[in-house]
Amino acid sequence: MARAPEPGSFSLSPTGSRRAHAWLVRHLQSFFYTLGLLARAPLASFLTAAVIGMALALPAGLYVLLNNVQDATRGWDGSNEISLFLSIDAEDREAEAMAGRLRGWSEVSDARVITRAAALEEFRGLSGFSEVLGAFANDNPLPAVVVITPAVEGADSSAMDALLDRLNGLPKVEHAQFDLAWLKRLYALLGIVERGVLVLGVLLAAGVLLVVGNTMRLGIENRRQEIEIAKLFGATDAFIRRPFLYSGLLYGALGGIFAWLLVWICFMLLGEPVQRLTALYSGGFQLHTLNPLASVVLLLTGAVLGLMGSWLSVGRHLAAIEPS
Amino acid sequence: MIEFHDVTKRYANGHEALRNVSLRVESGAMAFLTGHSGAGKSTLLRLTTLLERCTKGQVLVGGHNLNRLSRRRIPYFRRNIGVVFQNHRLLMDRTVFDNVALPLVIAGFSHAELGRRVRAALDKVGLLGKRRAYPVTLSGGEQQRVGIARAVVHRPSILLADEPTGNLDPDLSREIMDLFASFNEVGVTVLIATHDTTLIRDMGYDILTLKDGSFVHGTAGGP
Repeated sequence: MARAPEPGSFSLSPTGSRRAHAWLVRHLQSFFYTLGLLARAPLASFLTAAVIGMALALPAGLYVLLNNVQDATRGWDGSNEISLFLSIDAEDREAEAMAGRLRGWSEVSDARVITRAAALEEFRGLSGFSEVLGAFANDNPLPAVVVITPAVEGADSSAMDALLDRLNGLPKVEHAQFDLAWLKRLYALLGIVERGVLVLGVLLAAGVLLVVGNTMRLGIENRRQEIEIAKLFGATDAFIRRPFLYSGLLYGALGGIFAWLLVWICFMLLGEPVQRLTALYSGGFQLHTLNPLASVVLLLTGAVLGLMGSWLSVGRHLAAIEPS
Repeated sequence: MIEFHDVTKRYANGHEALRNVSLRVESGAMAFLTGHSGAGKSTLLRLTTLLERCTKGQVLVGGHNLNRLSRRRIPYFRRNIGVVFQNHRLLMDRTVFDNVALPLVIAGFSHAELGRRVRAALDKVGLLGKRRAYPVTLSGGEQQRVGIARAVVHRPSILLADEPTGNLDPDLSREIMDLFASFNEVGVTVLIATHDTTLIRDMGYDILTLKDGSFVHGTAGGP
Protein backbone atom coordinates (compact mmCIF):
# COMPACT_ATOMS: atom_id res chain seq x y z
CA MET A 1 0.00 0.00 0.00
CA ALA A 2 1.37 3.35 -0.98
CA ARG A 3 1.01 6.52 1.03
CA ALA A 4 -2.42 7.70 2.03
CA PRO A 5 -3.48 11.07 0.67
CA GLU A 6 -2.74 14.20 2.63
CA PRO A 7 -5.48 14.95 5.14
CA GLY A 8 -7.84 17.50 3.71
CA SER A 9 -7.29 16.56 0.09
CA PHE A 10 -11.01 16.00 -0.17
CA SER A 11 -11.94 16.60 -3.77
CA LEU A 12 -15.34 16.98 -5.42
CA SER A 13 -14.19 16.82 -9.01
CA PRO A 14 -13.32 13.87 -11.19
CA THR A 15 -9.83 12.63 -10.40
CA GLY A 16 -9.14 10.43 -13.39
CA SER A 17 -9.98 13.04 -16.00
CA ARG A 18 -6.70 14.89 -15.79
CA ARG A 19 -5.52 12.95 -18.81
CA ALA A 20 -6.72 14.27 -22.14
CA HIS A 21 -7.59 10.81 -23.41
CA ALA A 22 -9.42 9.76 -20.24
CA TRP A 23 -12.75 10.04 -22.02
CA LEU A 24 -11.65 7.69 -24.77
CA VAL A 25 -10.12 5.27 -22.27
CA ARG A 26 -13.38 5.08 -20.33
CA HIS A 27 -15.37 4.40 -23.47
CA LEU A 28 -12.96 1.73 -24.66
CA GLN A 29 -13.01 0.16 -21.19
CA SER A 30 -16.79 -0.01 -21.17
CA PHE A 31 -16.94 -1.19 -24.75
CA PHE A 32 -14.64 -4.15 -24.17
CA TYR A 33 -16.21 -4.85 -20.81
CA THR A 34 -19.59 -5.04 -22.55
CA LEU A 35 -18.17 -7.22 -25.30
CA GLY A 36 -16.89 -9.53 -22.58
CA LEU A 37 -20.32 -9.66 -20.93
CA LEU A 38 -21.98 -10.61 -24.22
CA ALA A 39 -19.32 -13.23 -24.92
CA ARG A 40 -19.75 -14.74 -21.45
CA ALA A 41 -23.39 -15.57 -22.25
CA PRO A 42 -23.11 -16.49 -25.94
CA LEU A 43 -26.43 -18.30 -26.28
CA ALA A 44 -28.49 -15.54 -24.67
CA SER A 45 -26.67 -12.89 -26.70
CA PHE A 46 -27.16 -14.88 -29.90
CA LEU A 47 -30.88 -15.34 -29.27
CA THR A 48 -31.42 -11.65 -28.57
CA ALA A 49 -29.51 -10.68 -31.71
CA ALA A 50 -31.44 -13.31 -33.70
CA VAL A 51 -34.81 -11.95 -32.59
CA ILE A 52 -33.73 -8.45 -33.61
CA GLY A 53 -32.33 -9.85 -36.86
CA MET A 54 -35.62 -11.54 -37.78
CA ALA A 55 -37.57 -8.38 -37.06
CA LEU A 56 -35.22 -6.38 -39.30
CA ALA A 57 -34.94 -9.04 -42.02
CA LEU A 58 -38.65 -9.10 -42.82
CA PRO A 59 -39.04 -5.47 -43.94
CA ALA A 60 -35.53 -5.45 -45.42
CA GLY A 61 -36.27 -8.57 -47.50
CA LEU A 62 -39.60 -7.20 -48.70
CA TYR A 63 -37.91 -3.95 -49.59
CA VAL A 64 -35.32 -5.74 -51.72
CA LEU A 65 -38.04 -7.83 -53.37
CA LEU A 66 -40.01 -4.69 -54.17
CA ASN A 67 -36.88 -3.09 -55.57
CA ASN A 68 -36.36 -6.08 -57.83
CA VAL A 69 -39.92 -5.91 -59.12
CA GLN A 70 -39.56 -2.19 -59.77
CA ASP A 71 -36.30 -2.88 -61.55
CA ALA A 72 -37.84 -5.60 -63.68
CA THR A 73 -40.77 -3.45 -64.77
CA ARG A 74 -38.66 -0.35 -65.38
CA GLY A 75 -38.18 0.18 -69.11
CA TRP A 76 -41.38 -1.61 -69.94
CA ASP A 77 -43.03 1.73 -70.49
CA GLY A 78 -40.07 2.96 -72.53
CA SER A 79 -41.34 1.12 -75.64
CA ASN A 80 -44.91 2.15 -75.16
CA GLU A 81 -47.19 3.01 -78.05
CA ILE A 82 -50.58 4.54 -78.51
CA SER A 83 -52.91 3.02 -81.07
CA LEU A 84 -55.19 5.58 -82.67
CA PHE A 85 -58.18 3.80 -84.22
CA LEU A 86 -59.78 5.98 -86.90
CA SER A 87 -63.41 5.80 -87.88
CA ILE A 88 -64.27 3.22 -90.52
CA ASP A 89 -64.95 5.81 -93.21
CA ALA A 90 -61.52 7.42 -92.93
CA GLU A 91 -59.47 6.92 -96.09
CA ASP A 92 -55.85 5.78 -96.02
CA ARG A 93 -54.64 9.14 -97.31
CA GLU A 94 -56.57 10.90 -94.53
CA ALA A 95 -54.72 8.63 -92.09
CA GLU A 96 -51.39 9.52 -93.76
CA ALA A 97 -52.24 13.22 -93.50
CA MET A 98 -53.10 12.85 -89.83
CA ALA A 99 -49.87 10.97 -89.13
CA GLY A 100 -47.97 13.79 -90.81
CA ARG A 101 -49.67 16.39 -88.63
CA LEU A 102 -49.08 14.34 -85.48
CA ARG A 103 -45.37 14.08 -86.19
CA GLY A 104 -45.27 17.83 -85.78
CA TRP A 105 -46.57 17.62 -82.14
CA SER A 106 -44.01 17.99 -79.42
CA GLU A 107 -45.52 15.12 -77.39
CA VAL A 108 -45.14 12.74 -80.32
CA SER A 109 -41.80 11.35 -81.39
CA ASP A 110 -43.11 9.20 -84.25
CA ALA A 111 -46.34 8.24 -85.99
CA ARG A 112 -46.86 5.57 -88.64
CA VAL A 113 -49.94 4.36 -90.43
CA ILE A 114 -51.29 0.83 -90.64
CA THR A 115 -53.56 1.03 -93.66
CA ARG A 116 -56.88 -0.83 -93.71
CA ALA A 117 -55.46 -3.37 -96.16
CA ALA A 118 -52.32 -3.90 -94.10
CA ALA A 119 -54.41 -4.35 -90.98
CA LEU A 120 -56.48 -6.99 -92.73
CA GLU A 121 -53.32 -8.71 -93.92
CA GLU A 122 -51.84 -8.72 -90.42
CA PHE A 123 -55.03 -10.10 -88.98
CA ARG A 124 -55.17 -12.84 -91.56
CA GLY A 125 -51.69 -13.89 -90.53
CA LEU A 126 -52.92 -14.68 -87.03
CA SER A 127 -54.11 -18.24 -87.08
CA GLY A 128 -57.79 -18.87 -86.72
CA PHE A 129 -58.90 -15.56 -88.16
CA SER A 130 -58.26 -16.19 -91.87
CA GLU A 131 -61.54 -18.07 -92.50
CA VAL A 132 -63.57 -15.58 -90.62
CA LEU A 133 -62.06 -12.65 -92.47
CA GLY A 134 -62.43 -14.45 -95.81
CA ALA A 135 -66.08 -13.56 -95.64
CA PHE A 136 -65.10 -9.88 -95.77
CA ALA A 137 -62.97 -10.20 -98.92
CA ASN A 138 -64.56 -7.21 -100.54
CA ASP A 139 -65.65 -5.37 -97.46
CA ASN A 140 -62.77 -4.74 -95.06
CA PRO A 141 -64.22 -4.31 -91.52
CA LEU A 142 -60.98 -2.97 -90.02
CA PRO A 143 -60.28 0.73 -89.62
CA ALA A 144 -56.98 2.41 -90.43
CA VAL A 145 -54.72 2.79 -87.39
CA VAL A 146 -52.13 5.45 -86.61
CA VAL A 147 -49.51 4.05 -84.25
CA ILE A 148 -47.91 6.79 -82.17
CA THR A 149 -44.71 6.62 -80.19
CA PRO A 150 -45.17 9.29 -77.54
CA ALA A 151 -42.31 11.54 -76.53
CA VAL A 152 -43.87 11.65 -73.06
CA GLU A 153 -42.11 9.70 -70.29
CA GLY A 154 -43.88 7.33 -67.95
CA ALA A 155 -46.98 5.25 -68.30
CA ASP A 156 -48.68 6.82 -65.31
CA SER A 157 -47.79 10.47 -65.81
CA SER A 158 -50.35 13.21 -66.10
CA ALA A 159 -48.67 14.30 -69.36
CA MET A 160 -49.64 10.90 -70.80
CA ASP A 161 -53.23 11.38 -69.68
CA ALA A 162 -53.32 14.82 -71.29
CA LEU A 163 -51.94 13.42 -74.56
CA LEU A 164 -54.58 10.68 -74.62
CA ASP A 165 -57.33 13.25 -74.02
CA ARG A 166 -56.05 15.43 -76.84
CA LEU A 167 -55.82 12.49 -79.26
CA ASN A 168 -59.32 11.33 -78.37
CA GLY A 169 -60.61 14.79 -79.26
CA LEU A 170 -59.31 14.73 -82.84
CA PRO A 171 -61.86 14.44 -85.67
CA LYS A 172 -62.17 11.04 -87.37
CA VAL A 173 -60.60 9.40 -84.29
CA GLU A 174 -62.74 6.63 -82.92
CA HIS A 175 -60.56 5.69 -79.95
CA ALA A 176 -57.05 6.32 -78.70
CA GLN A 177 -55.74 3.29 -76.81
CA PHE A 178 -52.69 3.33 -74.60
CA ASP A 179 -51.24 -0.13 -75.00
CA LEU A 180 -49.61 -0.33 -71.58
CA ALA A 181 -52.55 0.83 -69.45
CA TRP A 182 -52.11 -2.28 -67.33
CA LEU A 183 -48.70 -0.96 -66.32
CA LYS A 184 -50.46 1.92 -64.59
CA ARG A 185 -52.38 -0.59 -62.52
CA LEU A 186 -49.20 -2.50 -61.70
CA TYR A 187 -47.48 0.68 -60.57
CA ALA A 188 -50.47 1.58 -58.43
CA LEU A 189 -50.31 -1.88 -56.87
CA LEU A 190 -46.59 -1.57 -56.22
CA GLY A 191 -47.29 1.76 -54.56
CA ILE A 192 -49.62 0.02 -52.11
CA VAL A 193 -47.09 -2.74 -51.43
CA GLU A 194 -44.38 -0.13 -50.84
CA ARG A 195 -46.56 1.61 -48.27
CA GLY A 196 -47.30 -1.74 -46.67
CA VAL A 197 -43.59 -2.51 -46.33
CA LEU A 198 -43.08 0.89 -44.71
CA VAL A 199 -45.87 0.32 -42.17
CA LEU A 200 -44.56 -3.17 -41.42
CA GLY A 201 -41.06 -1.75 -41.00
CA VAL A 202 -42.24 0.83 -38.46
CA LEU A 203 -44.15 -1.81 -36.48
CA LEU A 204 -41.18 -4.17 -36.40
CA ALA A 205 -38.83 -1.32 -35.46
CA ALA A 206 -41.07 -0.69 -32.46
CA GLY A 207 -40.78 -4.42 -31.76
CA VAL A 208 -36.98 -4.16 -31.76
CA LEU A 209 -37.18 -1.27 -29.26
CA LEU A 210 -39.31 -3.41 -26.95
CA VAL A 211 -37.04 -6.47 -27.27
CA VAL A 212 -33.90 -4.45 -26.50
CA GLY A 213 -35.65 -2.53 -23.72
CA ASN A 214 -36.79 -5.72 -22.05
CA THR A 215 -33.34 -7.33 -22.38
CA MET A 216 -31.83 -4.27 -20.69
CA ARG A 217 -34.41 -4.36 -17.91
CA LEU A 218 -33.47 -7.97 -17.15
CA GLY A 219 -29.76 -7.13 -17.39
CA ILE A 220 -30.16 -4.29 -14.89
CA GLU A 221 -32.11 -6.56 -12.55
CA ASN A 222 -29.40 -9.24 -12.76
CA ARG A 223 -26.66 -6.77 -11.97
CA ARG A 224 -28.47 -4.85 -9.28
CA GLN A 225 -25.84 -5.65 -6.63
CA GLU A 226 -23.01 -4.57 -8.90
CA ILE A 227 -24.79 -1.31 -9.68
CA GLU A 228 -25.36 -0.57 -5.99
CA ILE A 229 -21.70 -1.21 -5.15
CA ALA A 230 -20.53 0.90 -8.07
CA LYS A 231 -22.75 3.78 -6.92
CA LEU A 232 -21.37 3.44 -3.39
CA PHE A 233 -17.85 3.81 -4.71
CA GLY A 234 -18.71 6.94 -6.60
CA ALA A 235 -19.83 5.77 -10.03
CA THR A 236 -21.68 8.45 -11.96
CA ASP A 237 -24.97 7.67 -13.69
CA ALA A 238 -23.14 7.95 -17.01
CA PHE A 239 -20.60 5.33 -15.91
CA ILE A 240 -23.34 2.87 -14.97
CA ARG A 241 -25.42 3.63 -18.03
CA ARG A 242 -22.55 3.22 -20.51
CA PRO A 243 -22.20 -0.60 -20.60
CA PHE A 244 -25.95 -0.96 -21.06
CA LEU A 245 -25.99 1.51 -23.92
CA TYR A 246 -23.07 -0.30 -25.52
CA SER A 247 -24.77 -3.66 -25.16
CA GLY A 248 -27.93 -2.21 -26.77
CA LEU A 249 -25.82 -0.86 -29.59
CA LEU A 250 -24.03 -4.20 -30.02
CA TYR A 251 -27.25 -6.21 -29.91
CA GLY A 252 -28.74 -3.93 -32.57
CA ALA A 253 -25.66 -4.08 -34.80
CA LEU A 254 -25.43 -7.87 -34.45
CA GLY A 255 -29.15 -8.04 -35.26
CA GLY A 256 -28.45 -5.94 -38.36
CA ILE A 257 -25.71 -8.35 -39.48
CA PHE A 258 -28.03 -11.26 -38.79
CA ALA A 259 -30.79 -9.64 -40.86
CA TRP A 260 -28.36 -9.01 -43.71
CA LEU A 261 -27.34 -12.68 -43.74
CA LEU A 262 -30.97 -13.81 -43.69
CA VAL A 263 -31.85 -11.59 -46.65
CA TRP A 264 -28.75 -12.72 -48.52
CA ILE A 265 -29.54 -16.41 -47.96
CA CYS A 266 -33.19 -15.96 -49.00
CA PHE A 267 -32.22 -14.24 -52.24
CA MET A 268 -29.56 -16.84 -52.99
CA LEU A 269 -32.31 -19.45 -52.72
CA LEU A 270 -34.59 -17.38 -55.00
CA GLY A 271 -31.84 -16.69 -57.54
CA GLU A 272 -32.00 -19.87 -59.55
CA PRO A 273 -35.78 -20.14 -60.11
CA VAL A 274 -35.87 -16.45 -61.02
CA GLN A 275 -33.07 -16.99 -63.51
CA ARG A 276 -35.08 -19.82 -65.08
CA LEU A 277 -38.15 -17.62 -65.32
CA THR A 278 -36.35 -14.68 -66.89
CA ALA A 279 -34.65 -16.99 -69.38
CA LEU A 280 -38.13 -17.77 -70.70
CA TYR A 281 -38.58 -14.07 -71.44
CA SER A 282 -36.00 -11.92 -73.11
CA GLY A 283 -33.84 -12.50 -70.04
CA GLY A 284 -31.82 -9.40 -69.30
CA PHE A 285 -33.05 -9.27 -65.69
CA GLN A 286 -30.64 -9.94 -62.83
CA LEU A 287 -32.00 -10.54 -59.31
CA HIS A 288 -30.07 -8.36 -56.88
CA THR A 289 -29.76 -8.53 -53.10
CA LEU A 290 -28.93 -5.65 -50.73
CA ASN A 291 -26.57 -3.13 -52.30
CA PRO A 292 -23.70 -1.69 -50.19
CA LEU A 293 -25.61 1.46 -49.26
CA ALA A 294 -28.73 -0.48 -48.21
CA SER A 295 -26.50 -2.87 -46.23
CA VAL A 296 -24.97 0.02 -44.32
CA VAL A 297 -28.42 1.51 -43.71
CA LEU A 298 -29.66 -1.86 -42.40
CA LEU A 299 -26.71 -2.17 -40.03
CA LEU A 300 -27.08 1.41 -38.80
CA THR A 301 -30.83 0.98 -38.35
CA GLY A 302 -30.17 -2.03 -36.14
CA ALA A 303 -27.52 -0.22 -34.12
CA VAL A 304 -29.60 2.95 -33.67
CA LEU A 305 -32.71 1.00 -32.69
CA GLY A 306 -30.65 -1.01 -30.18
CA LEU A 307 -29.19 2.16 -28.71
CA MET A 308 -32.60 3.84 -28.51
CA GLY A 309 -34.21 0.79 -26.93
CA SER A 310 -31.58 0.56 -24.23
CA TRP A 311 -31.59 4.32 -23.66
CA LEU A 312 -35.33 4.33 -23.03
CA SER A 313 -35.16 1.31 -20.74
CA VAL A 314 -31.99 2.19 -18.84
CA GLY A 315 -33.17 5.71 -18.09
CA ARG A 316 -36.31 4.32 -16.47
CA HIS A 317 -34.86 1.40 -14.54
CA LEU A 318 -31.48 2.67 -13.32
CA ALA A 319 -33.03 5.56 -11.42
CA ALA A 320 -34.92 3.00 -9.35
CA ILE A 321 -31.69 1.46 -8.00
CA GLU A 322 -30.09 3.26 -5.07
CA PRO A 323 -27.52 1.63 -2.79
CA SER A 324 -28.62 0.64 0.69
CA MET B 1 -13.04 15.39 9.00
CA ILE B 2 -16.53 14.21 10.01
CA GLU B 3 -18.79 16.58 11.91
CA PHE B 4 -22.42 16.19 12.96
CA HIS B 5 -24.22 19.22 14.38
CA ASP B 6 -27.57 18.50 16.07
CA VAL B 7 -28.46 15.96 13.44
CA THR B 8 -31.90 14.35 13.45
CA LYS B 9 -32.97 11.69 10.97
CA ARG B 10 -36.66 10.89 10.85
CA TYR B 11 -37.99 8.34 8.35
CA ALA B 12 -41.24 8.59 6.45
CA ASN B 13 -42.88 6.14 8.85
CA GLY B 14 -42.19 8.52 11.75
CA HIS B 15 -39.31 6.50 13.24
CA GLU B 16 -36.53 8.73 14.58
CA ALA B 17 -33.25 6.90 13.93
CA LEU B 18 -31.05 9.75 15.20
CA ARG B 19 -32.03 12.50 17.59
CA ASN B 20 -29.98 15.71 17.96
CA VAL B 21 -26.68 13.92 17.46
CA SER B 22 -23.43 15.87 17.47
CA LEU B 23 -20.01 14.38 16.92
CA ARG B 24 -16.60 15.23 15.62
CA VAL B 25 -13.95 12.89 14.23
CA GLU B 26 -10.73 14.80 13.59
CA SER B 27 -8.77 14.38 10.43
CA GLY B 28 -6.42 11.41 10.82
CA ALA B 29 -8.28 10.08 13.88
CA MET B 30 -9.76 6.65 14.43
CA ALA B 31 -12.97 6.06 16.36
CA PHE B 32 -15.47 3.30 17.11
CA LEU B 33 -19.20 3.68 17.06
CA THR B 34 -21.05 1.25 19.30
CA GLY B 35 -24.53 0.56 20.52
CA HIS B 36 -27.05 -2.26 20.23
CA SER B 37 -28.67 -2.95 16.89
CA GLY B 38 -31.18 -0.28 15.95
CA ALA B 39 -29.37 2.37 17.98
CA GLY B 40 -28.64 4.37 14.85
CA LYS B 41 -25.08 3.29 13.96
CA SER B 42 -25.91 2.38 10.37
CA THR B 43 -27.99 5.50 9.90
CA LEU B 44 -25.07 7.64 11.03
CA LEU B 45 -22.82 5.97 8.45
CA ARG B 46 -25.49 6.29 5.74
CA LEU B 47 -25.72 10.03 6.39
CA THR B 48 -21.92 10.28 6.15
CA THR B 49 -21.84 8.63 2.70
CA LEU B 50 -24.91 10.56 1.53
CA LEU B 51 -26.98 7.45 1.01
CA GLU B 52 -29.49 9.50 2.93
CA ARG B 53 -29.79 13.12 3.92
CA CYS B 54 -30.54 14.28 7.44
CA THR B 55 -33.93 15.70 8.39
CA LYS B 56 -32.50 18.39 10.66
CA GLY B 57 -29.05 19.72 11.54
CA GLN B 58 -25.82 19.71 9.57
CA VAL B 59 -23.40 17.04 8.43
CA LEU B 60 -19.92 18.16 7.37
CA VAL B 61 -17.53 15.73 5.74
CA GLY B 62 -14.09 16.81 4.55
CA GLY B 63 -15.18 20.39 5.09
CA HIS B 64 -18.19 20.05 2.78
CA ASN B 65 -21.71 20.70 4.03
CA LEU B 66 -23.60 17.67 2.77
CA ASN B 67 -26.95 19.49 2.92
CA ARG B 68 -25.70 21.72 0.15
CA LEU B 69 -24.04 19.08 -1.99
CA SER B 70 -25.93 18.65 -5.27
CA ARG B 71 -26.97 15.23 -6.50
CA ARG B 72 -24.60 15.59 -9.43
CA ARG B 73 -21.62 15.93 -7.05
CA ILE B 74 -22.44 12.90 -4.91
CA PRO B 75 -20.45 10.38 -7.00
CA TYR B 76 -17.31 12.53 -6.81
CA PHE B 77 -17.88 13.06 -3.10
CA ARG B 78 -18.07 9.30 -2.49
CA ARG B 79 -14.73 8.70 -4.22
CA ASN B 80 -13.06 10.21 -1.13
CA ILE B 81 -14.55 7.54 1.09
CA GLY B 82 -13.91 3.81 1.35
CA VAL B 83 -16.64 1.60 2.75
CA VAL B 84 -16.44 -1.87 4.31
CA PHE B 85 -19.61 -3.89 4.92
CA GLN B 86 -20.48 -6.62 7.37
CA ASN B 87 -21.27 -9.09 4.58
CA HIS B 88 -18.38 -7.67 2.50
CA ARG B 89 -20.64 -7.35 -0.58
CA LEU B 90 -18.09 -8.66 -3.06
CA LEU B 91 -19.18 -9.42 -6.63
CA MET B 92 -19.13 -13.19 -6.80
CA ASP B 93 -18.77 -13.42 -10.57
CA ARG B 94 -15.52 -11.39 -10.56
CA THR B 95 -12.04 -12.34 -9.51
CA VAL B 96 -10.48 -10.85 -6.40
CA PHE B 97 -8.43 -8.55 -8.63
CA ASP B 98 -11.49 -7.25 -10.49
CA ASN B 99 -13.38 -6.70 -7.25
CA VAL B 100 -10.59 -4.61 -5.79
CA ALA B 101 -10.10 -2.74 -9.07
CA LEU B 102 -13.72 -1.50 -9.18
CA PRO B 103 -13.19 1.87 -7.42
CA LEU B 104 -10.23 2.60 -9.73
CA VAL B 105 -12.19 1.68 -12.85
CA ILE B 106 -14.93 4.01 -11.66
CA ALA B 107 -12.43 6.83 -11.13
CA GLY B 108 -11.00 6.22 -14.61
CA PHE B 109 -7.44 5.15 -13.83
CA SER B 110 -5.19 3.96 -16.60
CA HIS B 111 -4.58 0.25 -16.97
CA ALA B 112 -0.98 0.33 -15.70
CA GLU B 113 -1.71 2.50 -12.67
CA LEU B 114 -4.75 0.37 -11.87
CA GLY B 115 -2.74 -2.85 -11.84
CA ARG B 116 -0.06 -1.31 -9.64
CA ARG B 117 -2.50 -0.01 -7.06
CA VAL B 118 -4.59 -3.18 -6.92
CA ARG B 119 -1.49 -5.30 -6.34
CA ALA B 120 -0.31 -2.90 -3.62
CA ALA B 121 -3.68 -3.03 -1.85
CA LEU B 122 -3.88 -6.83 -2.06
CA ASP B 123 -0.32 -7.11 -0.80
CA LYS B 124 -1.22 -4.92 2.17
CA VAL B 125 -4.06 -7.26 3.22
CA GLY B 126 -1.90 -10.33 2.49
CA LEU B 127 -3.92 -11.68 -0.43
CA LEU B 128 -1.73 -10.87 -3.43
CA GLY B 129 -1.43 -14.60 -4.19
CA LYS B 130 -5.21 -14.96 -4.42
CA ARG B 131 -5.80 -12.19 -6.93
CA ARG B 132 -7.00 -14.56 -9.65
CA ALA B 133 -9.32 -16.50 -7.31
CA TYR B 134 -13.05 -15.98 -7.09
CA PRO B 135 -14.37 -14.72 -3.73
CA VAL B 136 -16.48 -17.83 -3.22
CA THR B 137 -13.29 -19.92 -2.85
CA LEU B 138 -12.01 -17.73 0.00
CA SER B 139 -12.67 -18.01 3.73
CA GLY B 140 -14.82 -15.46 5.55
CA GLY B 141 -11.80 -13.61 6.91
CA GLU B 142 -10.17 -13.52 3.48
CA GLN B 143 -13.34 -12.23 1.86
CA GLN B 144 -13.50 -9.43 4.39
CA ARG B 145 -9.86 -8.55 3.70
CA VAL B 146 -10.67 -8.34 -0.02
CA GLY B 147 -13.50 -5.99 0.96
CA ILE B 148 -11.00 -3.87 2.89
CA ALA B 149 -8.54 -3.82 -0.01
CA ARG B 150 -11.37 -2.59 -2.25
CA ALA B 151 -12.20 0.13 0.30
CA VAL B 152 -8.65 1.52 0.42
CA VAL B 153 -7.37 0.91 -3.13
CA HIS B 154 -8.35 4.41 -4.29
CA ARG B 155 -6.62 5.92 -1.22
CA PRO B 156 -9.66 7.54 0.34
CA SER B 157 -9.39 10.20 3.04
CA ILE B 158 -12.03 8.42 5.11
CA LEU B 159 -12.54 4.74 5.77
CA LEU B 160 -15.96 3.71 7.08
CA ALA B 161 -16.86 0.22 8.24
CA ASP B 162 -20.24 -1.14 9.29
CA GLU B 163 -19.83 -4.20 11.55
CA PRO B 164 -16.76 -5.41 9.64
CA THR B 165 -16.15 -8.27 12.11
CA GLY B 166 -19.79 -9.26 12.56
CA ASN B 167 -19.33 -12.66 10.97
CA LEU B 168 -15.80 -13.46 12.17
CA ASP B 169 -14.35 -15.25 15.18
CA PRO B 170 -12.40 -13.20 17.82
CA ASP B 171 -8.92 -13.92 16.42
CA LEU B 172 -9.87 -12.92 12.89
CA SER B 173 -11.75 -9.91 14.22
CA ARG B 174 -8.66 -8.73 16.03
CA GLU B 175 -6.63 -9.15 12.84
CA ILE B 176 -9.14 -7.08 10.86
CA MET B 177 -9.19 -4.32 13.48
CA ASP B 178 -5.37 -4.19 13.43
CA LEU B 179 -5.56 -3.79 9.67
CA PHE B 180 -7.84 -0.77 10.09
CA ALA B 181 -5.44 0.64 12.69
CA SER B 182 -2.56 0.33 10.21
CA PHE B 183 -4.44 2.42 7.66
CA ASN B 184 -5.13 4.98 10.34
CA GLU B 185 -1.40 5.14 11.06
CA VAL B 186 -0.71 6.39 7.53
CA GLY B 187 -3.25 9.19 7.90
CA VAL B 188 -6.63 7.80 6.93
CA THR B 189 -9.56 8.90 9.09
CA VAL B 190 -11.30 5.72 10.27
CA LEU B 191 -14.78 5.30 11.72
CA ILE B 192 -15.95 1.77 12.54
CA ALA B 193 -19.41 0.80 13.71
CA THR B 194 -19.34 -2.35 15.83
CA HIS B 195 -21.22 -3.96 18.70
CA ASP B 196 -18.11 -5.96 19.74
CA THR B 197 -17.20 -3.80 22.77
CA THR B 198 -14.87 -6.35 24.33
CA LEU B 199 -12.70 -6.37 21.23
CA ILE B 200 -12.24 -2.60 21.02
CA ARG B 201 -12.11 -1.71 24.71
CA ASP B 202 -8.35 -2.07 25.08
CA MET B 203 -7.38 -0.76 21.64
CA GLY B 204 -7.05 2.78 22.90
CA TYR B 205 -9.26 4.60 20.39
CA ASP B 206 -12.26 6.87 20.93
CA ILE B 207 -15.52 5.01 21.51
CA LEU B 208 -18.85 6.68 20.77
CA THR B 209 -21.91 4.89 22.11
CA LEU B 210 -25.36 5.41 20.67
CA LYS B 211 -28.59 4.48 22.42
CA ASP B 212 -31.98 5.00 20.81
CA GLY B 213 -30.61 7.57 18.41
CA SER B 214 -28.63 9.67 20.91
CA PHE B 215 -25.10 9.54 22.32
CA VAL B 216 -24.94 8.26 25.87
CA HIS B 217 -21.21 8.72 26.23
CA GLY B 218 -18.21 9.14 24.03
CA THR B 219 -14.84 10.71 24.26
CA ALA B 220 -15.11 12.31 20.82
CA GLY B 221 -18.76 13.32 21.01
CA GLY B 222 -19.77 16.94 20.74
CA PRO B 223 -18.10 19.72 18.80
